[in-house]
Amino acid sequence: MSQRIPVKELTDSFRGRAVGALADDQLRTNFRVAMDSLMKKRADAFPDEEEREGLRELGNHIKARALSRLPDLLEQLETRLTANGVKVHWAETTEEANRIVHSIIEAKQGSQVVKGKSMVSEEMEMNDYLAERNIECLESDMGEYIVQLDGEKPSHIIMPAIHKNRFQVSRLFHDKLGVDETEDVNELIQIGRRTLRQKFLEADVGVSGVNFAIAETGTLLLVENEGNGRMSTTAPPVHIAVTGIEKVVENLRDVVPLLSLLTRSALGQPITTYVNMISGPRKADELDGPEEVHLVLLDNGRSGAFADAQLRQTLNCIRCGACMNHCPVYTRVGGHTYGEVYPGPIGKIITPHMVGLHKVPDHPSASSLCGACGEVCPVKIPIPEMLQRLRQENVKSPAEQPKVKDGGAKYSRKERAIWRFWASLNTSPVIYRLFLWGATRFGKLAPKNVGPWTENHSAPVPARRSLHDLAKAHLNQGDR
Amino acid sequence: MSELFYDAAPNATRVAPERPRPRTYPAKPAEVTLFGTCVVDLFFPEAGLDAIRLLEREGIRVHFPQEQSCCGQPAWTSGYVNEVREVARAQLNLLDNGLPVVVPSGSCAGMFRQHYREVFAEEPDTLERVEDLAERTFELTEFLLHVCKVDWQDLGQPTQIALHTSCSARREMNTHLHARELLGKLANVERLDHDHESECCGFGGTFSVRMPEVSGAMVLDKTRSLRESGAAEMVTADGGCLLNINGSLEKQKQTFRGRHLASFLWERVSGEVKS
Amino acid sequence: MSARSNILNKLRAGLAGTTPRPDDFDEGLVTRPWQYAPEDRITRLRSLMETVHTEIHQLTTEQWPSKVQELLESRGLKNVLYAPGTDHGKQLAEHWQHAEPRPELLVYDRPIEEWKEELFWQVDASVTGTVGGIAATGSLVLWPDRHEPRLMSLLPPLHIALLKASEVEDNLYGMMQKHNWSAGLPTNLLLVSGPSKTADIEQVLAYGAHGPKELVVLILEDG
Repeated sequence: MSQRIPVKELTDSFRGRAVGALADDQLRTNFRVAMDSLMKKRADAFPDEEEREGLRELGNHIKARALSRLPDLLEQLETRLTANGVKVHWAETTEEANRIVHSIIEAKQGSQVVKGKSMVSEEMEMNDYLAERNIECLESDMGEYIVQLDGEKPSHIIMPAIHKNRFQVSRLFHDKLGVDETEDVNELIQIGRRTLRQKFLEADVGVSGVNFAIAETGTLLLVENEGNGRMSTTAPPVHIAVTGIEKVVENLRDVVPLLSLLTRSALGQPITTYVNMISGPRKADELDGPEEVHLVLLDNGRSGAFADAQLRQTLNCIRCGACMNHCPVYTRVGGHTYGEVYPGPIGKIITPHMVGLHKVPDHPSASSLCGACGEVCPVKIPIPEMLQRLRQENVKSPAEQPKVKDGGAKYSRKERAIWRFWASLNTSPVIYRLFLWGATRFGKLAPKNVGPWTENHSAPVPARRSLHDLAKAHLNQGDR
Repeated sequence: MSELFYDAAPNATRVAPERPRPRTYPAKPAEVTLFGTCVVDLFFPEAGLDAIRLLEREGIRVHFPQEQSCCGQPAWTSGYVNEVREVARAQLNLLDNGLPVVVPSGSCAGMFRQHYREVFAEEPDTLERVEDLAERTFELTEFLLHVCKVDWQDLGQPTQIALHTSCSARREMNTHLHARELLGKLANVERLDHDHESECCGFGGTFSVRMPEVSGAMVLDKTRSLRESGAAEMVTADGGCLLNINGSLEKQKQTFRGRHLASFLWERVSGEVKS
Repeated sequence: MSARSNILNKLRAGLAGTTPRPDDFDEGLVTRPWQYAPEDRITRLRSLMETVHTEIHQLTTEQWPSKVQELLESRGLKNVLYAPGTDHGKQLAEHWQHAEPRPELLVYDRPIEEWKEELFWQVDASVTGTVGGIAATGSLVLWPDRHEPRLMSLLPPLHIALLKASEVEDNLYGMMQKHNWSAGLPTNLLLVSGPSKTADIEQVLAYGAHGPKELVVLILEDG
């Protein structure tokens, strides 16, 4: 019944995992094909540049407005939800959140939980926590169900099983469910549907995430294509919604542009199959719906990001996944390489606040700063600027008091010295030209970290004369 | 910056900057300063000289202050703000003469135009001079196209090229559009698209040495896509990308190569073919 | 100190000395690109819904009950869940009395707990009303209540929805404003834009994930 599903071991660093991923041809192909498809879908959904950019700007302003009033809006949300009959809980850490969820289930003597899609529940590692307490927590989103079956974490926030192709899924179902192998995707989905339908019937508790929490009306808005979200939030007698504190928006009408931005950026859809707006538990004269609805508001480092006005923009995120779809790094290494809950560009900028830079010291520099992510973010998070800032925090000495959790993870006196040398080189015209002379005459390179360069390139050879020399000769003058 | 209007508190919640209006260009000046960039200086100095030649051909007097060094980008992307500031301040000072600054590299031009205001965010007194420099900074292709409004005769043989644009040049300065239009003026040059054209080549400055495995995978894909375009060669307005792409091609023992756009343009326009 | 006060205090500390951002919501951005001539509204809704495998028929207010019969009998279905407390339910019941079709009429008239097993596995189809539609996204708006509870439009593999042509709005914003949603939302409000689907395996679209495998919309021309 309830067995701890072991998560496959991940080796210890981003680079280490990247090497493994890069060598996996199947993974590379799966991701390349999938990301190309998702990029095209998004582009097709936003054919009009003016409309797209106007909407992105509006989305950015709506999120900024909500963040500028976040504590008030959270209180308003709590008041309205409570008046609607929803119980609101607050958790600073994932441990607290898990305890809250567990106590709700325990009070109902529940043993079976069915879960709609929730990345926050992944942050909590809720499935493992409950399994350790003999409560089965089954994923009902097809992609999540597949990865759970295989003891893996999701590799993308919207398409959790995107790293698998149909043959891999077929073999998995065969191994774990005992069914015949099939290449027909429709058949595979029907297998999942039948297995999970019984679980929806039996579940004591349904858990879901929240896409938008609306303060004005005390409403939880969820989007989905499959129907498992509606199932999880309607069939069981208890519904627990878990969400980050940054998901609250001020007004009902604010969700209109955000919804359009979300579905079109994520999967190129004008809208998802279902938009599910929940404003309370079953009323006295109603015949179905949960009798109890709970909302757990989780911090888990978000207030840390919030504290700094520049980094606060990280919390605009509406979890569409467009950033990772367009990221050349993510496309080549896949989601598991990041080793944490959120992969891709958003993963790199939010995870340091959640787990601290010491745990993810390579995150800020695992990017060429190409800017593709910032260009497509529906709420205009300046992702390269966030990465830039995190790099600064990452190399600060303790005395410089980094502003991000466990900042200074990459503080290195040696590297600091190198850049000090670089600065004095570049601020002293005499020394700089001496360096140029040496480099061009002797073909040697001053910077020490050229070693990794020659892994992928022939050894760089400086020109025989620098531009300084050529320009001087050509213009026949030394100064301006 | 619109948000300052209602709330100047430093911890106020920020919104994205307004969409930039299309740039208005000045009339062709009599004099400019060329900022060579450290990569061009050391590895593609001939391209820098060709940039000077292209400008002089338009009747412009080019200054090359010998004190110039680096725009500061490598330290900036590595997070060493204090060190960047020192170097940036030095460039700011030496370029402080009101002349247009022409830069044969989109990423370095972008440093001046976009990032120096972030570098000096905590020095409001310096920001006025930073904005002034930003106003006066032009990437080479945009300067030739929109300020000089060049009118060229193509003296070269028919050829097909692929165009690579650095990510920062593309996204911060629309260099890909300027370069395409400029190349379009050469009657015997056909530009061919290549697969995943807007995707990063993997250079990213220090990224190529900090994450060599991923960077290596990216440049392998980029070089393959360039070769498979059918073009005879690649041209690019960015020295860093050129170093990355050519270095990889050499290591792969491929014959395909890239050239700096300035050198390509000079060759076509002057008729001087370099070996 | 509770988690609640700790969190709120941290957030307030981060905002000390600031004022909230102004509300610059521009409704033009969510209405102008999504406005249609009245005669185009239905066409657009139909087109979007059919793209995602919704079956659509445009009928008069008299024709639809026999269409329901036809839909059920052609699929060999044995029952259909309907709501006798609604006008359309009454109309369907009347037709059933005269025509005596094979499928049995079922009623959702007791709490889910009393017949969960049957509802999950034995009910083939349901017929519900809607409170309107949205042309911009090709969506139905459902407002479940005690007559047509939430699971009625979710569990049966075939869901037949009745949509009045006159109740189709241009866009979601217009719908919200016209019906003053912010004044009070029901326990559950749904936008349904097609049958259930997933693209979780290789992004290949497969229909009938967990919700209804088939959605049939009967658009009633009501002048």
